[in-house]
Amino acid sequence: MAALTVISRKPLSFVFCSMAILGAFAGLLIGMALNVAPLGLICGAVLSVGLSFVVLSVMDNEKIARWGLLAFWSVCGLFSFGLAGGLAGILWGWFFGWFVFWLFEGRYRARLQPYLSPKQVLWHFSFRVICGAIFTYLITPIIVVMPLSFNSQDFFTFTPEMLQFDPAGYSLKHYKDFLNNNEWQRSFKNSLMIAPIATIISVCLGTLAAIGLSQSHVPFKRLIMALLISPMIVPLIISATGMFFFYASVGNFLENSLGIDKNFVGYVKVVLAHSVLGIPFVIITVTATLVGFDNSLTRAAANMGADPITTFFKVQMPLILPGVISGGLFAFITSFDEVVVIMFVGSASQKTLPWQMFTGLREQISPTILAVATILVVFSIVLLATLELLRRRSEKLRGLSPI
Amino acid sequence: MSASSYTAPILAADGTPLKKSLSRALRQQKRRALMLIAPLLIFIFVAFIMPIVSMLFRSVENDIVANTLPQTVMALQSWDAETGELPGEDVYAAFASDIKIAAKAKIHTKVGLRLNYEQSGIASLFKKTARKAKKWDMETGGPFKEKLIGVHKNWGKTEIWQTLKIHSSRYTTGYFLNAIDMRKTAMGPQRQAEDKQILLLLFQRTLIMSLVITGSCILLGYPVAWLLANVPVRQANLLLILVLLPFWTSLLVRTSAWKVMLQQQGVINDLLVQLGMVADGARLVMINNQTGTIVAMTHILLPFMILPMYSVMQTIPPTYLRAAKSLGATDWTAFWRVYFPQTVPGIGAGSILVFILAIGYYITPEIVGGTKGVFISNRIAYSILKSLNWGLGAALATILLVAVLILYWAYDKMVGIDNVKLGG
Repeated sequence: MAALTVISRKPLSFVFCSMAILGAFAGLLIGMALNVAPLGLICGAVLSVGLSFVVLSVMDNEKIARWGLLAFWSVCGLFSFGLAGGLAGILWGWFFGWFVFWLFEGRYRARLQPYLSPKQVLWHFSFRVICGAIFTYLITPIIVVMPLSFNSQDFFTFTPEMLQFDPAGYSLKHYKDFLNNNEWQRSFKNSLMIAPIATIISVCLGTLAAIGLSQSHVPFKRLIMALLISPMIVPLIISATGMFFFYASVGNFLENSLGIDKNFVGYVKVVLAHSVLGIPFVIITVTATLVGFDNSLTRAAANMGADPITTFFKVQMPLILPGVISGGLFAFITSFDEVVVIMFVGSASQKTLPWQMFTGLREQISPTILAVATILVVFSIVLLATLELLRRRSEKLRGLSPI
Repeated sequence: MSASSYTAPILAADGTPLKKSLSRALRQQKRRALMLIAPLLIFIFVAFIMPIVSMLFRSVENDIVANTLPQTVMALQSWDAETGELPGEDVYAAFASDIKIAAKAKIHTKVGLRLNYEQSGIASLFKKTARKAKKWDMETGGPFKEKLIGVHKNWGKTEIWQTLKIHSSRYTTGYFLNAIDMRKTAMGPQRQAEDKQILLLLFQRTLIMSLVITGSCILLGYPVAWLLANVPVRQANLLLILVLLPFWTSLLVRTSAWKVMLQQQGVINDLLVQLGMVADGARLVMINNQTGTIVAMTHILLPFMILPMYSVMQTIPPTYLRAAKSLGATDWTAFWRVYFPQTVPGIGAGSILVFILAIGYYITPEIVGGTKGVFISNRIAYSILKSLNWGLGAALATILLVAVLILYWAYDKMVGIDNVKLGG
């Protein structure tokens, strides 16, 4: 519901005051960097008001004025700080031009209710700035690792070459290290082996149990549910401690009494531990999907002569598949990302990618970690997109949202 | 209607009484549901519940002394530890025989290590004694009292024998006492020596820092959740990606990113130096202390706060606020008296979730916490993996588990475990 607010031009004094504050702030930042803070403050304010005066009173043509501002600021940036400064100048010039006309034409009022007082309008936008800052806090760490992983030196920070967009400052050497280093490759293979097997176990058992749980008459339903979800509730460090004692004795029994290969037993222990951790996620997502499942469909299938197994695979399974897959993805990411339990239960030959990252972060810190981190971020973006698509499909299948 | 229909039971199609046939169908349904659940239930029981139970058992189990030194334990029963007198020759003889057998089986170091947690120095004492005892002849070698005191003068001190006697029972509360900085002595539980008192401090720090993290999550999460609930759906979905992307990104990736950001030569410090806000020589110390842990963990746990708050705020009609304002409330009153009380369930759910996750965290404090910013979970890992004091580790984990279960019980009362949602 967009409010129909009539917008009108604002007095120039208001625009100039606002632009002076903006300019003073920007000038202060640059001034501080050059060690001339007071000068920067004054220059920024004056320059900003001057430019606003030129574009608003003299030119009075928005399109030309905004292009002019863009050109002015990018040339300024280019000559003072080089290529990077030029890019920053383009961004700043665009923002400056947009902001000055946004204020002058009163566009900031356009989407707001007409009865808001100026103080309320100010709060409305300050609130958005605060939220923007929190979103920045949320997303910056993830964005920052990406360019740093292309660093041509073994530093964890931006080198001057990188800031100048000098090609010499960038390289793929950390990615090459990841691909050539035996330790990283082995842990990557371990991760790719352990996580899928654990996922398959938790999805098979979890889906069956979720179907059982969603029937109408289940004795001790709450207790069973609490037991099945408990691996998610108990902190990982406690699960790990418990598994450390128990799995060690089970492992010893398997090795010594049954004579099974030690390496194999190690993998079995880790896979079992990880599938336990993934089960609550499968249970939760699949039971949630089954809430919307129409039970008369299975009865109709039975009525037409299908046995329970056929009914399950031909009728029920296709309908709850999106839920099962997203539960499986949760289980997969839990196992793929897990460090604590595997450190307690596994041995060095089961080292996974997160474990290798963990030792890397604690001991011999190398920027290869950032390359791996970037790969994992891309991976999680793909996963997130898949989940979103599945969720939409599931809602469509269950008829919860209009198509 | 005929009179017989009042007495004769209603029959199902196959001739059995309907009541019976219905209850049979119900039983069958129950059995089928349980059959479907059973495989997973057994799996969880074996692979998860039993390990936890074995850990609980571990925290009180103490049969190593009784198993390794059975004769000594028997002989010590008749000795009164509080008199201050040394035990008699029979105890010394029993010990000499026990340690000889243990030394041959090479298990004397284990029991020495176990007792060393209670009184330092015992491990080396046992090693030295066992080396000598291997050559002793049990039939003719006596008297062993002089011989043992000859090996090491500590065998002539009552404290050693007191420690042995106190820790000879098969089950002990000793580990739990250790976990709260106390120890078992002949005179009952006493405080641990000053330099060994660290665990209560760690518990306290875990509690305080988890509260701080929860508080900052509320502070940062509330505006974001409000924004998400009050912008058009399309925009809200886009913004939600910004919340869900960190949520889905690997924990190690986020932790390493914070290490990169907060280091002394890291991104934030570099930026501040470039901007001239901080002198190059006086870079901020933001990592390997409590600041690092709080900043990184708030970031990691923030989505867990935003998502429950968002789902509660979505259900609050925006008309309430407008109604309050049209009745004359100021912005603040309308928010505080009308909107805020309706969001309290969301805040409560998010806070308990974040708090529970925070007190059990291990990875992040280990990497960015240094020594000042670590939690009790780091101590558990240290006991299990480094110092090998498994009983203490199990006792600490048990205490933490009880705390978490109580909190979850509260969460269940407030929100319901069934209502746990994953990523919107």
